[in-house]
Amino acid sequence: MLAKRIIPCLDVRDGKVVKGVQFRNHEIIGDIVPLAEQYAKAGADELVFYDITASSDARVVDKSWVSRIAQVIDIPFCVAGGIKSIDDAGRILEMGADKISINSPALNNPELINALHDVYGQQCVVIGIDSFYNEATDQYEVYKFTGDESRTQKSKWQTIDWIKEVQSRGAGEIVLNCMNQDGVRKGYDVKQLKAVRDVCEVPLIASGGAGEIAHFTEVFQHADVDGALAASVFHKGIINIDALKAELTNNGVPMRKRHGLTAQAKGVNP
Amino acid sequence: MQRQKIVIVNTGCANISSVRFALERLGVEVEVSDDKQVIVAADKVFLPGVGTASAAMASIKQKGLVETLQELTQPVLGVCLGMQLMVASSAESKQGDIPCLSLMPGHVARMQANGLRLPHMGWNTVTHKNDDLFKGIPQDTYFYFVHSFAVPEYAHTLASCTYGSEFSAAINKNNFYGVQFHPERSGEAGAQLLTNFVNL
Repeated sequence: MLAKRIIPCLDVRDGKVVKGVQFRNHEIIGDIVPLAEQYAKAGADELVFYDITASSDARVVDKSWVSRIAQVIDIPFCVAGGIKSIDDAGRILEMGADKISINSPALNNPELINALHDVYGQQCVVIGIDSFYNEATDQYEVYKFTGDESRTQKSKWQTIDWIKEVQSRGAGEIVLNCMNQDGVRKGYDVKQLKAVRDVCEVPLIASGGAGEIAHFTEVFQHADVDGALAASVFHKGIINIDALKAELTNNGVPMRKRHGLTAQAKGVNP
Repeated sequence: MQRQKIVIVNTGCANISSVRFALERLGVEVEVSDDKQVIVAADKVFLPGVGTASAAMASIKQKGLVETLQELTQPVLGVCLGMQLMVASSAESKQGDIPCLSLMPGHVARMQANGLRLPHMGWNTVTHKNDDLFKGIPQDTYFYFVHSFAVPEYAHTLASCTYGSEFSAAINKNNFYGVQFHPERSGEAGAQLLTNFVNL
C-alpha cells in the first residue's frame, strides 16, 4: 500500500537553513548538508528545500548546495525558490533534485507550468501555493513573494481556482502552505485542506501549523492529504519522526516501515 | 580482480546525477557516456530516465544508440522511464503508441489506478520472485515510485507492486533488467538493489 509521506521542510537563506514565524524573523537552524543527512537517516520520506530569498530578491542564487545534498542523501528531495524558466529547472534537476517546486513565478507566468510539464514530465512539477484565509471576506487568497515581508502581495487568484488552473496546466503535485497557520504550531488548516482536496486530483501536501503528533493524525484522517510537511517541530526536536510514524501507524495511517535487510545482504564484490 | 567499469548511458534525461551519486556512495567508479564504444565495453550498464517516453526515445535515436543498446550482452539496468524504454512500445506519447527499444516484449500503458490519484508518487511495497537482483531485500519492502504509466504484470515481471491494480515493479529478460521505482532514492533497500546489480 502506498504510504503517506512525512516531509521535513528546510527553508534556505544564503546557504543556511533558517526558520521564521509567519514568514518573518528568520533564525539560523544550521548547515544544509548535515541537516539533510540527519533527516534522511531519521526516517523522513522526502525533503523539501525552499530558497526563501530567491523569488523576492530577483537575483541569481548559488545553488551548488543542491548537488551536495544529492550526493549524500538516498531519499527524494524537491527544491523550490527562484525557478523562473525551463533552464533554471533543468539546472536544479541536473544537479540531482528529484522535483522542482514553483510558486511566485507560476503566478507571474502560468505558461511555465505547461512548459515544465512538457520538457521534464509531470512527475517533477510541484506547485507551491501560499494561501491566506481572509476572515473579512471569508475567502482563501493566493499570495506571492512571501519570502520577503516587504514585498509580499496578494495575487488575483482565489486558492480553489488556482488549484484547478495549475492542474489543467500539468502540475504533478501541490503543496498548500496555509499562511495563517505557518510557524504557530496550532495544527494544520484541515478545513481549507478538505476544500482543496475536493478539487485536487494530484498528490496534495499539507503545510503550515504542525505542532504535535495529533495534528498529523488529524490532517491525514480528515483531509486525506498524501503528505504532511513541517519544519520547526522537527528542527527543534519537538517531534521525533520514528515516534510520529509509530503513532500514525497505530491510528491506521499507512507509513513506510524500514525493514532493514536480511542476512543475505552484502556489499559490492571486491 | 580488476575493478568493474560501470557506465550510465547519457540519455539526456534529468536523473543521471542522482543515479551516479548513488553508485558512488557504494564505492564504485562510474562513467556517464553516450559513446558507443564506452557503453559496449562496460561491465554493467545503467539506462536512466525521467520525463516522457517520446522525448527519451527521440534523444536515444538522435544519439544513434538504439542498435548499440539492443546488442548489449552484459547486465543492463533500466531505471523508471529507463525501464519503460526496454519494452516494445509505450502509450506515453502525444502521438499514441510509440516504439521503444524492444529489449524484451511488453507494453507501457497508463496505470489502471481504479480511482486512486495519479501520478503514483511515494513509497510503496514491492513483492519479488527472489531473483538475485533482490538478494537480501525482504518481501514487502518499500521503494520510492513516481510515475503515471507502467508495464502491467506479465511473463517478464520480476517484482510487483499494487496501486489500484498490480503492475511490474521490476522486469527481466536475459541480461536486461528494469525497475519502475527509483533505487537511487529508496534508502537502504535501494542501495542493496544497486549493489546486487553491480554484483551480477
